[in-house]
This record gives sequence, C-alpha cells and structure tokens, in this order.
Amino acid sequence: MATVERAALRWDYAPAPESRDAAPLKPRYDLFIGGSFVAPTDGTVVETRNPATEETLAEVAFAGPGDVAAAVDAARGAADGWAALPALERGKYLFRIARLIQERARELAIVETLDGGKPIRESRDVDVPLAAAHFFSYAGWADKLQYAFGGRAYEPRGVVGQVVPWNFPLLMAAWKLAPALATGNTAVLKPAETTPLTALLLAEIVQEAGLPDGVVNIIPGDGSAGAALVRSEVDKVAFTGSTAVGKEIQRALAGTGRGLTLELGGKSANIVFEDAALDQAVEGIIEGIFFNQGHVCCAGSRLLLQESVAEEVVRKLWARMERLRVGDPLDKNTDVGAINSAEQLARITEMVEAGEQQGAVRRSVTCALPDAGYWFPPTMFLDVAPANRIAVEEIFGPVVSVTTFRSPAEAVERANNSAYGLAAGVWTDNGAKAFEVASKLRAGVVWQNTYNKFDPTAAFGGYKESGFGREGGPAGLAPYVRLGG
Amino acid sequence: MSARQAVAKTYKLYLGGAFVRSESGRTDPIGGVNVPRGSRKDVRDAVKAARAAAPGWAKKTAYNRGQVLYRFAEALESRSDRSDEIDEAVDLLVHYAGWTDKLAAVMGGVNPVAAPFLSFSSPEPTGVVAVLAPDSPDVLGLVREIAPALAAGNTVVAVVSRTKPLRPLDLGEVAGVSDIPGGVLNLLSGRLDELLTPLCGHRDVNAIIDATYDDDVAKTVDELAAETVKRVSRPSPHTDSLTRLEPLVELKTAWHPVGS
Repeated sequence: MATVERAALRWDYAPAPESRDAAPLKPRYDLFIGGSFVAPTDGTVVETRNPATEETLAEVAFAGPGDVAAAVDAARGAADGWAALPALERGKYLFRIARLIQERARELAIVETLDGGKPIRESRDVDVPLAAAHFFSYAGWADKLQYAFGGRAYEPRGVVGQVVPWNFPLLMAAWKLAPALATGNTAVLKPAETTPLTALLLAEIVQEAGLPDGVVNIIPGDGSAGAALVRSEVDKVAFTGSTAVGKEIQRALAGTGRGLTLELGGKSANIVFEDAALDQAVEGIIEGIFFNQGHVCCAGSRLLLQESVAEEVVRKLWARMERLRVGDPLDKNTDVGAINSAEQLARITEMVEAGEQQGAVRRSVTCALPDAGYWFPPTMFLDVAPANRIAVEEIFGPVVSVTTFRSPAEAVERANNSAYGLAAGVWTDNGAKAFEVASKLRAGVVWQNTYNKFDPTAAFGGYKESGFGREGGPAGLAPYVRLGG
Repeated sequence: MSARQAVAKTYKLYLGGAFVRSESGRTDPIGGVNVPRGSRKDVRDAVKAARAAAPGWAKKTAYNRGQVLYRFAEALESRSDRSDEIDEAVDLLVHYAGWTDKLAAVMGGVNPVAAPFLSFSSPEPTGVVAVLAPDSPDVLGLVREIAPALAAGNTVVAVVSRTKPLRPLDLGEVAGVSDIPGGVLNLLSGRLDELLTPLCGHRDVNAIIDATYDDDVAKTVDELAAETVKRVSRPSPHTDSLTRLEPLVELKTAWHPVGS
C-alpha cells in the first residue's frame, strides 16, 4: 500500500506566485533625459508586453533620432560638472543607488520577470542583488582610481553611449552605468526594445538618489535608436548584444578614434570528464543551459562529454530535464520561464528545425505549456556533428547540443574550435587536469565544477568574436578612462 | 693590387624563422638595394607561421620569455652599426624583457567574490598580432611595437618601414640569433596598399597595432578589423608600456568552488 503511494508520488508543487501588487506599474513611462521624464519629440509610444501572457504591461516612450541627440546633449552638458565633483562625493551617489536598488528589490524583481519572462527566483536571487552589488562595488572605486591604473594619469572619456540587451535588463544597465559613473563619465543608456521597464525604474532611482541632471539618461528604443546612439557624438560606446550587431558598430566607428567595448555572443563549451562528480556536473549542465531559458551569452550550449560517461550523463541529464518546472515566471517554484519575445521564439524554432534537418537527434521535454505567451521546452540534441548549425551558431534558448570526446586534448581542441570565446565549463575532480584544461581554453571565463557565476569584482568578457574589453573588477574601469595623459 | 669588393647583401623577408625572397619574386629598388616586395601569399605564409608558433611561445614561462627578449637586446647591442636610435631600441627590449613576469601581478589577481569560490583573473596572450610599423624611425618604431606584443606572449607579423626597410629587415637577423623561436616574429617588407588588406583582414589575426599615424589607414584597418572583431590599438610614440600591453592580452577569469 505504502509503496504504491510512493510510486505514484509526483513532483507537483502547489502554485506559489509572487504578488503582482508589490510592483504597481504606471500606465506610461517616458524618456529619462536631463533628469526629467519627457515625452518623445520625434519618437513613438509603444506597448511593452509580458511574454508569458502577451498582456500589455505599460506604454513606453521610444526615442527618435532627435530624442537621442537631446539625451547626448544633456549628458554632454552634465559632463564637466560630474567629472569635477570630489571623487568621494561621486562615489556616494553610487552607494545611494545601490541602497535604493536593495530597498526596491522586490518590486524590481517582479517587474523584471513580468517584462522579460525570466523566473522570479532568478530575478530575485541573481539579477537584482547583483545589480545592487555592482553599484556598491564600483561606488568604492570612485575615489581610488589612482590605484587602479598602475600609476598612470587618467581622465574620464566624457559622454558614453551604452546599449544593453534584453536578457538581463537591469543587471546589464548596472554593469554599464556603474563603472562609467565611477570614473566620472556621463551616460546615455538604451535599454532593449522588449525589456525597458526595469531600466526606467532605475531612472527613478537615479532621480531619487539626487544625481545631477543629465548625468544619467535612459532612452528606450528599438534598434534604430541604438544605431543612432552609437553613431552620435559620444566619446565611448559600450555594447552588449549579438556579434552581428557588434561588428556593425565596430565598422561604424572605424576611423573615429572613439572608445569601444563589445560584449558579444558565445557558443560556450561545457566539458565533462569521466572523473567528474557526475550528479554535480548534471546540475551544472542544467544551470549552464537552462538558466534564464538559455538567453545567456555565456550559456553552456555545447555539452562535451567524455565518451566513457556520455551515456550515463545523458541519462541523468534527461531525467533532470524532465523534472524542470516550466511555466509561470512569477511562480517561485518555476525553473524555466517564458521565451523573451515572439521574435526570439521564432529564432529558436528555426535553429531547432535546422538541427533536425541536419540529422541531429532531438529530445524535447514533454510538458504542459501555457496557451498564451512564448514558450519552448527544454531540449537536447544528440548525435550532433561539429559542423551542424546548432553546434556552431548561438541559439540563445533552452537548447543544448551534446557531443563526445575521448581525450583532454580532443576536448580542448573541440572547445576552441569556435569563432566565439566567451566562456567554458570544466568538470573533473582532478585539480591538475582542471587547471591545465582551463589554461588551454580560449575563453574569457572558465568555470571549474561550477557554471554561470558572476561577481562585480571578477572580470567578464570574451576572446575572439565574443568581443573585447572586460566588465567587472578593476579591468572594467579602464575602458571608461583615457590613460597615460 | 685591386681593391676588395664589398659583399652586397641580398635582402630577404624574415618568415617562419627563415630568410626568404618574396614568393612573388618581386622587388622594389630602395636605397640602391632590391628590397623584397611582399605579396598577399607572403602575408598568408607569415600568419600561418605565426599561428603555428603561438602555442609554444605562449606556453613558455614568463621567466623564459623574458630571457629570450633580453637575449634579443644583447644581440642588438652587439651590432656594429649602433646609433642613439639603436641604443634606445636596445633599452626598450630590456624594459619589456622585464615585463613578462610582471603582467599577471599588474593586470590580474584574486577576485574577492561574495561566494565560496576561488576566482582569479590573469592575462593571457591574445594570439597573433599584426604590426604596421611607422615609416620612421625605422628600427625604433618597429621595436616599440613588436616588443610589447612579444613580451605579452603573442606572435607577430610586422610590416616594416616602407621607406627605410633595410635596417628593419636586418633586425630579423638579430632576432634569428637570439633564441626567438622561428615564426614568433615575422617581418615583411613591401607596399602598405598591397599588404594592408590581406594582413588586417586575415581571420587568423587577433589584434592589430597600427603605428602608421595615418587617418586613412586607420579607417581601413578598423573596417577590416570589424570583420572578425579584432582588437586594434593605435599607440603614439609616447604611449607608456602598460597602455601598450593591455590591448595585447586577454584577461581570463577562472572560478573554482572552495569547500567540499
């Protein structure tokens, strides 16, 4: 009797939804230019939607070219005053922003989840705390810059134009703004088209923190606003997004002498050796590819398994994938939320179809998906050839391709056989092997027996076509100053 | 008794550790000498040699790389055609020889992350670096750009002075007797308009040092670089060494759990 009941035991959880009431949204959000929220002059007003329900959350002003120019002008007007502030005072504004983010953490997490579709567990435990930590960490750099640059003379670049993606809207805004402001620059930040809300809440926080008008300007918009911003009279451009757009920006800035840092795409290898703690590795694989629905530039989207344990790992991984809870992002039990937009869902679907057409074996979890909204079930591909599109191109979704290798040398060769070089994972209980493999991987971040860990003190950024420049730590300051006098 | 005939030297490219004529067979007469006019194919061969030499050079210990660069300085010091310019080039090589084992301390370190992990960031060579040396000063201008690239553990393909290529090509002979492994430093002479596109557009070049001080060249270089997201640096003659070194390395951050 008891055993029958046990066998029937299922992993259903009662719904545990976070309350939307804790994050009241305004009906409309305007552009944040020169310290005020203003209506667009030549832009538009669009609706921003919840990708999990397709319901409209709020109206948001999108900047036109004139609005972009106005924002850059406002930043230019504020530049000298901000740079001339005593450094400790500049830092205090950033400390205050960090504190206000913490105070409004619950609200920010809910809005991040509503606007972007990511599970509330991630917004609450990763995005928002890390955003606050970033401002707190860089706040402390503001009056210690003389120690950051090896004794070199430094000065702020002036006005920086920053374009951020939709996968970590608030966190990427923090990664961009904190070092720029700490080093005495003023900024124009363009949030992503589908996820403008938390950046606009950050604008409210900037206002509440009392930053001088024009030091931070936040102007939502589509790709054309981003293109206008990076081509405007800014002194430095910082971009996080796709490699294709990154190349366009690098080309657009050719010969201008303007500063540029690029944080681009990836196709990161997650390598599991036969001497790894396999259960732990399986958790890491899950974390690596299904965190934020795989909308992560450093997602461990190429799983490399040592042949001797490949079957076992695939079996354990599949069993774990079947336990993933896919659904309402606001539910605190949800592991995998909604795909960020219809456009991204179409892209994932197209790539997965290409994988099937090229002969890879697809296994997608069978799970009930909500009728409304954009969803894609956790998926793995087996029998993937190294030249298959799904093994080469970034999918940016909950899709992992599995291949096998025999020796550490082969694992390294396969991992490095990519135009990208953002991140990698190495799973082994042999410390010497872990460090040797890590040293041979051509990637900016290597996680050993862990994956997708981030910290404001640790540099993050890519090799090769994953971009250049680093964010985080002292290395994240250098792109925002002119060095050497 | 007849006067002794001086032995004229045939000037060659320095490519993969060997002294070779341009595969194109072309030369340009400069200063009464037939100087090899490097071709697209020479560029490809040089990048291939540099790529092949990259892992070995990167893998050497910092101490070893420093000693090799110091040996380069010693070899240059012993040349008979010394001048103030050469002396300065020697001193630069000595300076960068001492950089190899300081980079990690200055650029990297342990990251005090707010979680139980050992996280550290350390600089690694970016890979194959293309150098567009200035026309003048011919030797010092070249050494200023290749020395940081080599000290950071990269391999180099350099286009030497177009107007005064002879002494820069001689530098290949100095490198050749100074323990710099074949392929780590490659020197091409020729015309910039012919070499620029194949070199700066080469998919296997990771970074470009443009020391031509030419705005038109800068725009072309940047556009070529964008095709594969190459890093471009444009130091002035007065740029300090750390600022030269930074764009030639990649910072790698490693994370490892602490605790059982």
